[in-house]
Amino acid sequence: MHKGHMASAFAIVLLALLASSPVARTQGAQAGQSGSKQASGAKPGAKDQQAPETERVLLDGWGRPVKDALKPGEQPLPAPRHDISGTWEPARGPGDGIQANGPRDMPYDGKPEHDPPYTPLGLQTLKSHKALFGYAAVLESLSNDPRNKCDPLGFPRADFYQLRHTQIMQDDRKIAILYEFEKRWRVIWIDGRELPKDVPEPRYYGYSVGKWVDDDTLVVDTIGTEGDEKVWLDETGRPMSEDMHVQERFHRVNKNLLELTVTVDDPKMYTKPWVAMNKFPMRLQSPDFDVVEMMCIPSEEEQYYKEYGDQASGVDSKQSK
Amino acid sequence: MRLIGANGEDSTVKGKFFALSALMFGVLVLSGPLFAHHGNAAFDAGKKVTLKGTVTEWVWANPHCWLKFDVKDDSGNPVHWVAETNNAPDMIERGWSKHSFKPGDEITVTVEPVKNGNPVGRVLEVVLPNGQTLGMAYLRTGKEH
Repeated sequence: MHKGHMASAFAIVLLALLASSPVARTQGAQAGQSGSKQASGAKPGAKDQQAPETERVLLDGWGRPVKDALKPGEQPLPAPRHDISGTWEPARGPGDGIQANGPRDMPYDGKPEHDPPYTPLGLQTLKSHKALFGYAAVLESLSNDPRNKCDPLGFPRADFYQLRHTQIMQDDRKIAILYEFEKRWRVIWIDGRELPKDVPEPRYYGYSVGKWVDDDTLVVDTIGTEGDEKVWLDETGRPMSEDMHVQERFHRVNKNLLELTVTVDDPKMYTKPWVAMNKFPMRLQSPDFDVVEMMCIPSEEEQYYKEYGDQASGVDSKQSK
Repeated sequence: MRLIGANGEDSTVKGKFFALSALMFGVLVLSGPLFAHHGNAAFDAGKKVTLKGTVTEWVWANPHCWLKFDVKDDSGNPVHWVAETNNAPDMIERGWSKHSFKPGDEITVTVEPVKNGNPVGRVLEVVLPNGQTLGMAYLRTGKEH
């Protein structure tokens, strides 16, 4: 195995519950060799048991079977007051938050009704971006997406691309959001402060304040992000500037369901505000769920292009970049 | 900073978004892109090639994992194929692992090949030596609340 494999804690191996399956046996045995990693599928002796069929069980980052937060048929409790903490995941399945073709409710699919209201500068900037997805996608090695070099996605792209398991931690003064993708995090101040009048300096994840507008809805305003020199708004290359204002509404419908609505307002790039994600549903994971490690690693990215990406494109990425 | 409507929506487009999201729910919910980190443009969409080969390396890495395997051509010479899967966390969600393959495994791989003719593609499915199939379906799907 290549030395650059995800160092990770991907001890995660397939646990085959019913170990009579050849797959279960093979993978269980190999997991057992991984030593320090906790792999629950690797119980000694499990392979000696006989069982009629194979079932693949999803494991969390700790190698433990994933449990549902709600038992089958169990009804969720009401939302706790002023509390959005928990580990959340896209409620409609793991693929729902990836949003490769643009944010959930505004995909870049060539339909005019999905085009945000670009200013002339916005349109010009969009055209200068060579994205891997969306209506104007380019070949693998020709893209100029900043994240190809493992640059941070920044905000709000962290909501608009690869929104996966999302840990929200909260105390009296602040809320921290821990994104699975790239292991990035940001802080939202809920201590009553206002947004800075003069932003000290642009930041990849901006400056955020949150206010409870009712018992179970937090409205978060963010400004002071990086601009077009460093970040894209989404995976399809839509633009953003340092003048962007983003508003997120986190509405906890009940204990187990959180809906996220994100509105983008950037007068340099767009003539009016537009809604990128509308009531995107996230469901609560069980409290002991451990999120796997997922990072962008420059050395692995380089190896990927060398061994795969350049051949796929028929292009030398080193020369084209 | 412009005012954003009380419902987080620009009121002029509110109705449109509502209709849109309702529509898209049906269309897109189950059709998340298979390979989200890297583009689609290089591939011969919809084409499938099934190959019998021998694993030389399974690289569990970022941004995507990739499988290297040798396939004998008509003259018996090995052709070195390389085919990507998705990223590791996504493959875990599909029931794959770092230990899914080892060098020497005799496998049957179905790929979507690239257009340029190189022995390169994206993995759609692999049949392991024991007959088990690793595919692209998620182990757990969404639930409605």
